[in-house]
Amino acid sequence: MYIIDRRLNPGGKSLANRQRFLRRAKAQIQRAVRQTAGDRDITDLERGGEVTIPADGVREPSFRRSNEGGVHDHILPGNKRFIEGDTIDRPPGGGGGSSAGGDNGEGEDDFRFALTRDEFLDLFLDDLELPDLAKRRVATVETQGLRRAGYTVTGSPVNLALLRSMRNALSRRIAMRRPKPQELLRLEEEIERLEKQEGSSEHLTALRQELEQLRLRTKRFPYIDPLDLRYRRFEPISRPVAQAVMFCLMDVSGSMTEHMKDLAKRFYMLLYIFLTRRYKHVEIVFIRHTHEAKEVDEETFFNSPETGGTVVSSALREMQRIVEERYSPDAWNIYAAQASDGDNSPNDGSTSAALLRDVILPVCQYYAYLEVGSDSDRMQTGFINHKTSLWQTYETLQEQGAHLAMRKVNHRREIYPVFRELFRRRDAEAGARVP
Amino acid sequence: MSVMEHEKLLFQGADWDFGLIQRIHDAIEKIGVGEMGLDVYPNQIEVITAEQMLDAYASIGMPLFYKHWSFGKRFALHEASYRQGFMGLAYEIVINSNPCISYIMEENTATMQTLVIAHAAFGHNHFFKNNYLFQEWTDADGILDYLEFAKGYITRCEERYGHAAVERVLDAAHALMSHGVHRYPRKKRPDLRSEERREKERHLHQEQTFNDLWRTVPTKGAAAKPQLSDERRRALLELPQENLLYFLEKSAPRLQPWQREILRIVRQIAQYFYPQRQTKVMNEGCATYCHYHIMTRLHETGQISDGSFLEFLQSHTNVTRQPEFDDPHYGGINPYALGFDMMQDIERICTKPTAEDREWFPEIAGTGDAMAVLRDVWANYRDESFISQYLSPHLMRQWRMFHLVDDPDRPDLRIEAIHDERGYRRLRRSLSRHYDVGWSDPDIQVIDVDLAGDRRLILHHHVLNRTLLHKDDAQRVLQMVANLWGYAVVLKEVEPATGAIFQEHVAHPHETLF
Repeated sequence: MYIIDRRLNPGGKSLANRQRFLRRAKAQIQRAVRQTAGDRDITDLERGGEVTIPADGVREPSFRRSNEGGVHDHILPGNKRFIEGDTIDRPPGGGGGSSAGGDNGEGEDDFRFALTRDEFLDLFLDDLELPDLAKRRVATVETQGLRRAGYTVTGSPVNLALLRSMRNALSRRIAMRRPKPQELLRLEEEIERLEKQEGSSEHLTALRQELEQLRLRTKRFPYIDPLDLRYRRFEPISRPVAQAVMFCLMDVSGSMTEHMKDLAKRFYMLLYIFLTRRYKHVEIVFIRHTHEAKEVDEETFFNSPETGGTVVSSALREMQRIVEERYSPDAWNIYAAQASDGDNSPNDGSTSAALLRDVILPVCQYYAYLEVGSDSDRMQTGFINHKTSLWQTYETLQEQGAHLAMRKVNHRREIYPVFRELFRRRDAEAGARVP
Repeated sequence: MSVMEHEKLLFQGADWDFGLIQRIHDAIEKIGVGEMGLDVYPNQIEVITAEQMLDAYASIGMPLFYKHWSFGKRFALHEASYRQGFMGLAYEIVINSNPCISYIMEENTATMQTLVIAHAAFGHNHFFKNNYLFQEWTDADGILDYLEFAKGYITRCEERYGHAAVERVLDAAHALMSHGVHRYPRKKRPDLRSEERREKERHLHQEQTFNDLWRTVPTKGAAAKPQLSDERRRALLELPQENLLYFLEKSAPRLQPWQREILRIVRQIAQYFYPQRQTKVMNEGCATYCHYHIMTRLHETGQISDGSFLEFLQSHTNVTRQPEFDDPHYGGINPYALGFDMMQDIERICTKPTAEDREWFPEIAGTGDAMAVLRDVWANYRDESFISQYLSPHLMRQWRMFHLVDDPDRPDLRIEAIHDERGYRRLRRSLSRHYDVGWSDPDIQVIDVDLAGDRRLILHHHVLNRTLLHKDDAQRVLQMVANLWGYAVVLKEVEPATGAIFQEHVAHPHETLF
């Protein structure tokens, strides 16, 4: 008998099968992931979790008898009062005895299983992209990397190119006609044989001389020589990296209700997850404003309360300042997303419009404006007559041909679709634009 | 005295280590082989974790298997229900191979490990080695090597032809798996070891005999071939044929060699599992009877403590519980319970027969040597024949069995037979028929091919009890058959007695598939 401890064997044997399964049901899982995402809290989003997909897509059909129609019979244990010939009313639901279909329980139910956090987010963010990244500006910042570049005669032992070194040694040995071990062996045997026979000593001497010579030669030309050694060479190269910065502008003024702030925060949270997961080199700048704007860190941006009046241009000015200071448009792809309830102080409208048109939009690759409304506004979304002052301002800009995306959100569940719309991959468009 | 007893005990408490497993195995071997006369393959016991158990579940219990999405699906399903606590894991999995591999879980207590070793490494093992179906249909020596070959082969196909193409063939083959077995023995014994060599040889032969010149030889106009008679054509194609996978592998005109090989792999594996489907009651009954006997003997000889024995009895009664038909937990007849009770019953008939037993089982009643009878039963029967031979009136009364018939033409359900003098034989016959795989799987056969015309393949489903095929599924599977066959396929659902056709399904191949 053998006992084998398999517990330490590498786990995850079924990983390849799981990937095949996810690929197979990708469309359905993706749909399920988006539905689930709508129902959950944004912090939950990072956690992965259970999704349910219709069983139909991953069904494994086989030829089997249907449960309906035809004569079915059952042998059942536990008879209490029946005798032969008794009849029982058919149980409601049409099935036969209580066990009908119990054994081929090929469920038609939905299929429920757990996704890991990475799988979940990958599927969730699968077709999102920052528009026009590195298209308008050739990326300038470079990272250093190493690249294989042939062989060198010096180097550290870890980089020893064994195959190449041995090949060199072999060709040198051949060129120098280094005697082969078999040759030496053959001669030695021959000499030994002759010595035993005590035959012609002349021949023996000649052989001994030859052996001596060969031995000398072997010593002179070693099997492997420092000359043969080759090392893998690496040379540093610089890789261009598309650098991008995302400005998140959020209105936190008193007119924003808790509900609106919640919506805006959800939106930015989503944006934040998206950017940090998909782009290594995207910097994020958080700016929040009331009647004055301030650059803040992530923690403050999402969590700290503040109230005040509303002057949108203050945020734009702050952004302008930061761009001038740190993110030269020549070197950076600049994106901005703004969330607001649409209120603005009456005399600020034209200032904001001018700032946006003349300063901000020209340096931006993409500018998204998200207007958050209260839950009750939803009734009016169908009608266009209810427009906030900021919306009107931006709409005018858009009509003048400014590159500006605008969406309105009233309810939590609209965040995801709108977010997807704003950042969906524009393959088709891009393809059409490239000549 | 008490010191003596303590020395005899194999273990105390729940902890175990590898030395203990070895001692348990040896103690069990003494009883199983020495007293019960079991004949087993050498054992290989592997300790695994819960995750590895889930892995094994996903690939039908085999230690290595090719890759397919359906295994990933199964794993996800099991994992979800396991994590939520809906499902406990089996204590063990045992593989019909030589040496016989049993997996045991690391979290089992020492008592459970004893139970598991008695159950799997001796009960199942003996059954695998001695039952005629396993001897005839499976090749325990070759199975692991064959699976290794299958896994490698399918991986290479995926690399060469792409995941999607291989997946389509595997999907289709899996759908036909239940109709990919030979039900009657053929001339050649299965020999899985030669399978890999055979595939290589065929490949080599193709390469050696390949000559590109043949492609350039002008063909004469289609020579008027002598028309084969219908009989002759069917004989050449081995029709009618109920092994659909075999037929497609050998005769489908448009398959590539690698596609045929994949069909063959799935077919071989289906064939390997075919005996297990036919011996569920006997296999589990045998293992349960053995573990019960062995554990009882271990307790009698003082090798396990009273506490362990009680722990064992609790799991044992859980496993052999049979809820009655009106119990909300009822989910069909429990094969462990039926098998165990029947084998206990045989022991009773051998040792303490009643007048009734002497009348029903004259050849075994009162012989006294229950183990000899049981060994003979384990070797020479399958579920269907076992039940129709050995289900005793005593047991039918004990289980209070009755036969219920659901005929859609009648307004109500009818009790056809109960556990009384008039009903015994009918009850037994109907129950045994439920365990006849040939009867419970729909009978589908390839009847003919229209070779001269549009190469349409004609399948018949011989309808039993007016129960038709599940319509959606049948259409899906038929579509896969059509894709493999390369031309249209018709499936007719036929009443065998009258030849009346209930329903016809047609599928045309997707041109793009292969």
